[in-house]
Amino acid sequence: MHSIQVTVGSESGLHARPASLFVQAAARQPAKVTIGRPGQAPVDARSLLSVLALAAGSGETLELTASGDRAQDSLKALAALLASDLDAAA
Amino acid sequence: MSDLIRGIGVGTGSAAGPVARMAPVPTLPAPRAVADPAAEAAAVRAALGAVVTGLHERAARVSGTGSEVLAAQAMMAADPVLADRAAALAEQGTDGAHALATAFDGFRAALVAAGGYFAERAADLDDLRDRAVAYLLGLPLPGPPDPGHPYVLVADDLAPADTALLDPERVLALVTVRGGPTSHTAILAKALGLPAVVGCTAAAELEDGRQVLVHGADGVIEPDPSPEAVERAAERDRRCRELLARFQGPGRTADGHPVSLLVNLGAPHELAGAAAADAEGVGLFRTEFLFLDRTEAPGRAEQAAAYRQVFSAFAGRRVVVRTLDAGADKPLPFATSADEENPALGVRGLRTAARDPQLLESQLAAIAEAARDSTAQVWVMAPMVSVPREAAAFASRVRAHGLPVAGAMIEVPAAALRTDRLAEVCDFFSIGTNDLAQYTFAADRTLGSLAELLDPWQPALLALVATAAASAAEHGRPIGVCGEAAADPALALVLVGLGITSLSAAPASLPEVRAALATHTLTECRELAELALLADDADDARRKVRSSTAGR
Repeated sequence: MHSIQVTVGSESGLHARPASLFVQAAARQPAKVTIGRPGQAPVDARSLLSVLALAAGSGETLELTASGDRAQDSLKALAALLASDLDAAA
Repeated sequence: MSDLIRGIGVGTGSAAGPVARMAPVPTLPAPRAVADPAAEAAAVRAALGAVVTGLHERAARVSGTGSEVLAAQAMMAADPVLADRAAALAEQGTDGAHALATAFDGFRAALVAAGGYFAERAADLDDLRDRAVAYLLGLPLPGPPDPGHPYVLVADDLAPADTALLDPERVLALVTVRGGPTSHTAILAKALGLPAVVGCTAAAELEDGRQVLVHGADGVIEPDPSPEAVERAAERDRRCRELLARFQGPGRTADGHPVSLLVNLGAPHELAGAAAADAEGVGLFRTEFLFLDRTEAPGRAEQAAAYRQVFSAFAGRRVVVRTLDAGADKPLPFATSADEENPALGVRGLRTAARDPQLLESQLAAIAEAARDSTAQVWVMAPMVSVPREAAAFASRVRAHGLPVAGAMIEVPAAALRTDRLAEVCDFFSIGTNDLAQYTFAADRTLGSLAELLDPWQPALLALVATAAASAAEHGRPIGVCGEAAADPALALVLVGLGITSLSAAPASLPEVRAALATHTLTECRELAELALLADDADDARRKVRSSTAGR
């Protein structure tokens, strides 16, 4: 079980394009990854609806947790994605 | 040949083809006992899978924004947690339809609670839930039909969400039972250049597969048309297109009276099409898109960059920028208050600037900064001006930023009645006919059931336009119309006859408006305006004017 805290980098927060890009990436990971606010119940990172329902704004800190196959690598990849401005990525 | 069906004609030209109806939303049957929970859970997963596959197939067939919308919806339907929850409910003995509805509604509530952009996705979830339930129950899918060949779409009414799913390659014409000339269907028909008939009660009786001929200009639907009738209509369309091709460039009446033809612009993806249109500039640049879906206002630099893009696309041409029009149907957390009983009558438009002067101040600074770097003629106007004092305060702030041309929207009857006084402090005016109709007739513009009161042909509305235009002319001030009214060629003639000096509409509607102007003198426009003002009601005005311009 590994965890990492990340600040949401997308200008508009974790919605629309940024949320769907993040969820698609999570679905490609061999490890099982959850995302949530530190101290609150996390949700499945592969679930677009759960991720949207977090309604995470730009600059908010979220916690990623991964277990299983190559958990560390998955966390690194997803943390980098979450921290970048995905609105700007055309 | 059967009896003609009549409604309100919008859009352009005519089209013939088989009817395909928009299936209604399935209603949930009464809960039932489940004999085989494992099979029920499998059926639930299969229904969700079918929704995903259907959306992917359609996404592959359309392009651009429509395709992105569909792909995003497919991702929601493919959500593994959603499928697990619905399947778990079925395994515990809930019937499939209720299991699906409960799983969707759980997420729906969470999104609504999140507010803003997230809450807007609730409508997407409702649509996905309805589709999944329809699959499960073996009912026709709600939403646009897909008969596999071109069709005439017949629906009760169309919502914005439906239109993203329409395949313009397949839809020949739009017919709706409800809705009026300013309905979403009408706006869409104009944007796609499709013939359409709205507010057509009798269309509810048209069955799937029946051949119809739809005349968009006249609002007439001909069931079971003869091949000759279809050919005649096509011939008329050809003549009309030739006529449109003959007239280009700046708007002029037949006797050379100039009328500026401008485009409305409200979103970045419209910019390329708007800039390519044969138009003298932008008559209404709605700046709300920059402010929507956000918790705080965009900064000056971000705004300036967006304005610069528009000004450079319209280098050398006029761009009329409307400052932020928040409130009513466009609530913004940082500009409008959420606790108003009647937001359409609340702190909206320019009134928000009185509460938060900094919002307008930074927008004007950004507009001025972008204008300095460009050759566009930038005019700035305020939405929802009611009294001269507001207009004077606004104009002085605009000029303080070095922007030389300041104007006011006329959407409130009080402003129309006192345009003579507003003209002492404003350089120009623009009439928003949709809001002016709403406030003149005390009729909520979002209610399809009040379409008749919101009809831009209403003589009382035209009388207010006449009053405002006469006052503007006395002071030598330009006065335009930027509502849907400007897109109707016959009504455009009436507006010019009333003294309107510019018309701003969707790019697709300008050619017809230009051709109408080019084939009528200013005197004829004034005669048509007189006909409309003296008519009994909106229908009467429309009929009289259209019949005296027919065959031109």
